Amino acid sequence: MEPLLKVENLRIELTTRAGIAPVIDNLSFELGAGESISFVGESGCGKSMTALGIMGLLPEKVGRIASGSITFNGEELTTASEKRLRSIRGNDISMIFQEPMTSLNPVYTVGEQIAEVIRAHQGLSRKAAWAQAIELLDAVRIPNAKGRVSDYPFQMSGGQRQRVMIAIALACEPKILIADEPTTALDVTVQAQIFDLLNEMKRQTGASIIMITHDMGAVAEMAERMIVMYAGRKAEEGPVQQIIEHPRHPYTKGLISCVPHIMSTISTERHPLTEVPGIVPGLMDFGKNRCLFASRCNKVTQKCADERPSEMAFDAGQQSACWYAQEV
Amino acid sequence: MTDAPIIPTEEIPQARHPFAEAWEMFRRNHAAMVALVVLTLIVLGAIFGPWLYPVDPFDMVWAPFSPPGVDGFLLGTDYLGRDLLSALINGARVSIVIGLAAAVVSVVIGVTVGALAGFYRGWVEELLMRITEFFQVLPTLLFSMVIVALFGASLPMITFAIGVVSWTAVARITRSEFLRIRELEYVTASRASGAKNGKLMFRVILPNALPPIIVQAALMVGSAILFEAGLSFLGLTDPNVVSWGQVIGSNRQYILDASYTVTIPGLAIFITVLCISLVGDGLNDALNPKLRQR
Repeated sequence: MEPLLKVENLRIELTTRAGIAPVIDNLSFELGAGESISFVGESGCGKSMTALGIMGLLPEKVGRIASGSITFNGEELTTASEKRLRSIRGNDISMIFQEPMTSLNPVYTVGEQIAEVIRAHQGLSRKAAWAQAIELLDAVRIPNAKGRVSDYPFQMSGGQRQRVMIAIALACEPKILIADEPTTALDVTVQAQIFDLLNEMKRQTGASIIMITHDMGAVAEMAERMIVMYAGRKAEEGPVQQIIEHPRHPYTKGLISCVPHIMSTISTERHPLTEVPGIVPGLMDFGKNRCLFASRCNKVTQKCADERPSEMAFDAGQQSACWYAQEV
Repeated sequence: MTDAPIIPTEEIPQARHPFAEAWEMFRRNHAAMVALVVLTLIVLGAIFGPWLYPVDPFDMVWAPFSPPGVDGFLLGTDYLGRDLLSALINGARVSIVIGLAAAVVSVVIGVTVGALAGFYRGWVEELLMRITEFFQVLPTLLFSMVIVALFGASLPMITFAIGVVSWTAVARITRSEFLRIRELEYVTASRASGAKNGKLMFRVILPNALPPIIVQAALMVGSAILFEAGLSFLGLTDPNVVSWGQVIGSNRQYILDASYTVTIPGLAIFITVLCISLVGDGLNDALNPKLRQR
């Protein structure tokens, strides 16, 4: 069966003062209907760029899709007209953002903002859209939805605003929901609630979810499959459980060992919390024909510096872009 | 959804409505409050004055140069024996209407130019800002005199002339606000939910850009009144309509013999414009978030 979203050899270039840098370099992945997939990686490794690329919202004049294709439901998005993209955005593919405090327009009530999207895409009357906005607020479990629908964003807490964002994103029952670090700005108890809500919404609407995060815990909670990104390239891909149990890329391994574990029995023994030493290479190093992780890797050899690793396949669709994936 | 876990109620910040907060800030500015009261009186006088004091400002009602308070004329009579109080009341109408209308004209032009430039960037911005700069370096009084002299001294033309020479400040403010706001996350979020450019510009960004534009517009009412006074002092005004500047202009030869004929309308202009400026300053306190902490 044709996947819902298929990204092939995607290359996204950013024009910087120092020149052109490929922030996404030869990325391919597929997303089936009703599936959820997570993108994991450090800041600046291209997670958000992938999301913006799919939405056709790359920063104007700075970012562009240089090559590759994105097909949604068999339709090519990289060459689609702006008008077509507009009708897909919010209707078929929608997105929620990292900062709920700033991603709602401060001058309109939340009800107006939800109703606006419904009216734009489904042509409902003002009254019907308003009624649906109340229903949606109720669905994202905002208490007293009828009363809160005419609240302004500043009258709501961060968690509630993120719920409103989810309501807006789900207003037209999209087929794909892209969540760009939806819980980074929220505190931990609220994070768990938002994940529950997203999972619940996914069950109800059957939407596929692309979740972007740097939080391994969030991945385990939300996704079936994960893609680990490093410096604009896919480092590893595969089923979440399998990767957490046996990562095949030194970077993934490093990321996983950075997560503290809570022991079931309290003991005085303390495992040191590890880190991945070093930093992500500068944008100008992106796109070079070598392993970009080499400078931070403890398994590095001359081969890593000479040639970009090809992807090695393992069971159940696990893939790793490391020359020594077998040994990791 | 019956099996949904009970969500603990998140704490709801007790933020106040922005309007309530703005009014609070405005009230703290005492000068602005006084100015607002005086301005309200002036506007009420302009609206209801002609009914309360039905004297035609062009009628010769008494002997010329009757000083204020003498012979039953509160503000005296001018060189043709016309009632100055009546001229003041009727002139207020013209001044205020022209002030408001000219501010509207310049806000409409300025916001349109600034919004297009700030939203689309690129060559649109280049072109529009060069045009704005062109208008900025024109000597404003001279340019508006040319317009009025060429196209006739009717009130709409005077309004238009004042508006055309004063929209540049609004355009620049609007553009800078657009440049700032267009990068904010809620604009991207609106884009991500499929909003069209027109909607992004005028329904998403513009309402958030309004506060400094409102302040500028308020100040512009004051400067438009001054401008009108200047033009009518020079005689570039509709001769069938009385205005403050025109009264000063026509009585200027007698400034040494009957200084009140010039002083009184001059004070009227001064007080009105001062009040508008103070109110504008109060609006700035109320609407400019950078001044909130004071």
